[in-house]
Amino acid sequence: MRNVVTAGSLAALVPALLLLVAPQIAGAQARDPAYAAARAEGKVGEQVNGYLGFVVPAAPDLRKVIEDINIKRRAVYAEKAKTANATIEEYALTSGCLLISHTTPGEKYQAPDGTWQTRGAGAPVRDPRCP
Amino acid sequence: MTYRRHRPVFTPQPDRGGRAGRHAVLIAMICLLGGCITVKAPDKPIVIELNVTIKQEVVYRLAGDAAQTIDKNAEIF
Repeated sequence: MRNVVTAGSLAALVPALLLLVAPQIAGAQARDPAYAAARAEGKVGEQVNGYLGFVVPAAPDLRKVIEDINIKRRAVYAEKAKTANATIEEYALTSGCLLISHTTPGEKYQAPDGTWQTRGAGAPVRDPRCP
Repeated sequence: MTYRRHRPVFTPQPDRGGRAGRHAVLIAMICLLGGCITVKAPDKPIVIELNVTIKQEVVYRLAGDAAQTIDKNAEIF
């Protein structure tokens, strides 16, 4: 039996295709693939201070990607801290609390004592000031 | 009647730390000349412990705002 694409099925396909494409259109929301991979592989992790850190020494390419992200994070923290009447460090630490909570099992995060931990199924070890 | 001009009488002023003050200045000058104070650069980098200054109440106040910021800038978080 031959597949016949009718106008009706096409009309049904268009919204479905749009749904598939939409996340790519809003591509600004997606993580850099190199960053996403390094995160999944546990090469980089979330630090207490609200920035990404290297769990193991990174290749120059990856280093550049992560440092770029940290620069962007700092810019965002700076802007938001200003409107919230807080310091960059205060805003960054607060974000760090949340970002450590947002890690998924297998990802790396920094414990308050500075050591790298692998996120397990339970809650991560966070700074006592974290909300 | 003639008035005799009084000789100016020296009345000792209460000591407002004058002597001690003069000593301090003297010591300071000697120090400047002799270089009493030597400042040595620390061997280790200076680490500023920012954690100490950030209070929990501040973190709580910012938490809601920070959560929104993270959501809106998902590509860098």
